[in-house]
Amino acid sequence: MAPSLSDVMTPDAAALAAAQKGEGRAPLEVGSPGHDLFTGLTRLGDNCLILGHRVSEWCGHAPVLEEDIALANMALDLIGQTQLWLGLAGEVEGRGRDADALAFRRDGWDFRNLLLVERPNGDFGQTLMRQFLFDAWHAPMLKALEGSSDDRIAAIARKAGKEVAYHIERSADLVIRLGDGTEESHARMQAALEALWGYAGEAFIADAVDTRLAEAGLMPAPESLRATFDETVNAVFAEATLTRPESDFAHQGGKQGRHSEHMGHLLTHMQWLQRAYPDATW
Amino acid sequence: MVRPALEQVWDWLGEIPDPEIPVISLTDLGIIRDVAWDDDTLVVTVTPTYSGCPATSVINFEIEKKLRDEGIGQMRLERQLTPPWTTDWIRPQAREALKAYGIAPPVDGTAADGVLAGRISRLSGQSNLAVECPRCGSTRTEKVSQFGSTPCKAAYRCTDCLEPFDYFKCI
Repeated sequence: MAPSLSDVMTPDAAALAAAQKGEGRAPLEVGSPGHDLFTGLTRLGDNCLILGHRVSEWCGHAPVLEEDIALANMALDLIGQTQLWLGLAGEVEGRGRDADALAFRRDGWDFRNLLLVERPNGDFGQTLMRQFLFDAWHAPMLKALEGSSDDRIAAIARKAGKEVAYHIERSADLVIRLGDGTEESHARMQAALEALWGYAGEAFIADAVDTRLAEAGLMPAPESLRATFDETVNAVFAEATLTRPESDFAHQGGKQGRHSEHMGHLLTHMQWLQRAYPDATW
Repeated sequence: MVRPALEQVWDWLGEIPDPEIPVISLTDLGIIRDVAWDDDTLVVTVTPTYSGCPATSVINFEIEKKLRDEGIGQMRLERQLTPPWTTDWIRPQAREALKAYGIAPPVDGTAADGVLAGRISRLSGQSNLAVECPRCGSTRTEKVSQFGSTPCKAAYRCTDCLEPFDYFKCI
């Protein structure tokens, strides 16, 4: 059918706006500096998003009201940080995807979070141990990112770092109190540590993207954070009367998009509304 | 068009209450970082308190509404992340207002720094800051939780008058 006059004469405002935002632009080339930066930023953002989502699953279910509120507040901090990191990732990518598009419209293999943060909540002790192991990496990571050669990264790191300083105080405090608590709480914390320790090491293992980002001064080399992490966890485990597992074997894959069986279940909960009703707002 | 003086704009912004703590204003809270004219557009630069603070969008809405009510036609809100907001920027008179409202104001210089190794013994010792109970004035208070009714507050309890209260923690 021939186009009508108005179709010919009226520019498609939606198409123009989309082109201006970069929609339809070719994806970043794998291995290019832009793609590396995008990958690094999604790793940061996805960690916050997936852990924030996991922690929010406790809302209304925590053992006592104060802990319920505290968990919800920490989840909120993490989701806020997600918006900053994924917002910048979308900007760097330049294809019109904002933080929401990246959070709700990517598939499992596009997520770059550590395997640790997608581990199921388990009991309260396991949730706290997962949080502590993450915080013990996250705090020095943000501290190092304050020195990024990219001002936008440094600004987000300074903002997030102040919030995460409270996260680690809280998670360390509770790991100590429960580890050095009753026989039952001690046993649960030790079990949680043994179940999660194999997932703590992935954050410190560099791949080619990490190495190039570190060489560009954009993000720290992952292994450079290990000493601070070890110092923190060793001190807390000693206070908590917990025994650090002997093997530092680390499960890997999350940073490259190879996730555990738990990820798909998490995403179906997190993404179903935007998948079923794209662009829904209220 | 007539461009109102910037002092006038600051005064208007000072009349907008914080959506969660209505006894203090946005300027009291220290989140308005700059007000400037860019040609005929008024640019208000706002810094978030916490990155996930749900009040942020309400605050932006309130700023826009107030300035429109005052006759500002063109305006732009900009977000500034750095330097990050700190409770040090809460004005002195606002601290009194917080206390009168039942929220203990921040004890300056006590923000967590994220460097944990040296703080372990303090953590395990359960020592608390000398946070004053906003109801009875006692400093015999104890922390119930690092996170209170909002991310910016911690939950405390007074061991003298036994009332629970919010403490606006340092960041």
